[in-house]
Amino acid sequence: MEFDLKTQTVREVNQALHDLPKDKASEVVVNGISGDHNLAVGMDQPAKITLNGHAGYYCAGMNKEAEIIVNGNAGQGVAENMMSGKVHVKGNASQSAAATAHGGLLVVDGDAAARCGISMKGVNIVVKGSVGHMSAFMGQSGCLVVCGDAGEALGDSLYEAHLYVKGKVESLGADCIQKEMRPEHIEELSALLKEAGSDEDPYSFTRYGSARQLYTFKVDNASAY
Amino acid sequence: MCGIVGLYLKNSALESQLGKLFEPMLIAMTGRGPDSAGFAIYGDEVSDDMIKLTLQHEDEHYPWHMLAEKLEETYSTPVSVMHNANAAVLKMKAEEAPVRETIAEFDPTVRIMSVGRSIEILKEVGLPENIAERFNLAGMKGSHIVGHTRMATESGVTMEGSHPFSTGMDLCLVHNGSLSNHNRLREELEHKGIQFETENDSEVAAGYLTWRLREGASVKEALEGAIEDLDGFFTFTVGTKDGFAVVRDPIACKPAVMAETDDYVAMASEYHALSSLPGIENAKLWEPDPGKVYFWGKG
Repeated sequence: MEFDLKTQTVREVNQALHDLPKDKASEVVVNGISGDHNLAVGMDQPAKITLNGHAGYYCAGMNKEAEIIVNGNAGQGVAENMMSGKVHVKGNASQSAAATAHGGLLVVDGDAAARCGISMKGVNIVVKGSVGHMSAFMGQSGCLVVCGDAGEALGDSLYEAHLYVKGKVESLGADCIQKEMRPEHIEELSALLKEAGSDEDPYSFTRYGSARQLYTFKVDNASAY
Repeated sequence: MCGIVGLYLKNSALESQLGKLFEPMLIAMTGRGPDSAGFAIYGDEVSDDMIKLTLQHEDEHYPWHMLAEKLEETYSTPVSVMHNANAAVLKMKAEEAPVRETIAEFDPTVRIMSVGRSIEILKEVGLPENIAERFNLAGMKGSHIVGHTRMATESGVTMEGSHPFSTGMDLCLVHNGSLSNHNRLREELEHKGIQFETENDSEVAAGYLTWRLREGASVKEALEGAIEDLDGFFTFTVGTKDGFAVVRDPIACKPAVMAETDDYVAMASEYHALSSLPGIENAKLWEPDPGKVYFWGKG
């Protein structure tokens, strides 16, 4: 199935995507995209959707099951609240990529901006470039893999997500600390890099995680806020 | 919301196409701000002993030649007038302050949009597409341009509330966001002699810059001060005679994306406003860091 947003509306395309069968994988290509918002939102089908062009805000939001490829950049909130499936952005992603996502995999070939993986709740994110400030803020579970650098306050107020960064980290947020890379982490990271199609060496990454000091407020931590 | 766009040409061969390159950028931001739009274009610079004023009046057929005659008489100097819709650009040998006074005395309903050697500010209530057409944006030439599409939040939909705001000779500011300490700051700035024409929070930011520049700060220093003293959310783009600056608040809630090639530097609130630029596929793209002043241009 093929669509062209020069002649069709996002609403028409999304409706057609929602009408796809749930029991078999369909292939869909959408052309003529120029920053349109809310593309392929709310998928609940195992379809493979290729978006040719730069996507606007909230692309692939709430995705379940589908594999969505963006041949371009993605705006704010790509794969927001994803539940399962895979979203692959071939260019850069803007702010709040995979915010609050519960599952699935987001791969960004370029850079992701600020707040990548904010409040992540089980999603795995692999960014082949760098991430901006406040990434993995309040991360609860899942993994954030950054092959480039991380901006200020990485993992601020982190709960239990695993963060792996190859490059330099501008600064760590409150309660985020460097942690030992144990065999199970190398295994977890290797699998994610492989799934994302990256040939980075897992041994060149540093792991960061929660110091678990902010679970309940302690007055000793007041200066960390 | 609100949309901001800016384009600074590094390659002077493109100057004749500035308006044509910029028009789709401004129109692309309609979704972020459909109630008014405006732009500040830099080019057609006058010599050091002259000034250029952009004036506007509600009356499309305002007799600008009468105002020009008054200025010619008062200052014994020729005044050239160029009409553009309900605006006019005047060029003359004179100082800014007395000319402002003369215009206010002649007719207080004439609005002074900008004063400088290079800047022209044109803005209006309505859809960005209509405003671009009205002022023939596509046909304009220049070295750089800053624009804004407004979705009014802090004050009403009026011509005065639309951006850019002039902040001094050849300087202007456009704002996406909202300031939370603008009332108190306005009072403080009024005590320092800064005048405000609207209830708009962005005008307070412009007034703040005017004050800092008046105190002798550079554009970069004034913007660094803004990061300290303005509370709230903002992405600002500031036009200067020779370039433009971009700054976001330390939390950087309001979006901004930059693109740079050998030919130009461009900024926009959303990427799709940049997608019509030539060579964008291979441009260096990034989102500006929070609390950091970026500046392009000379000086």
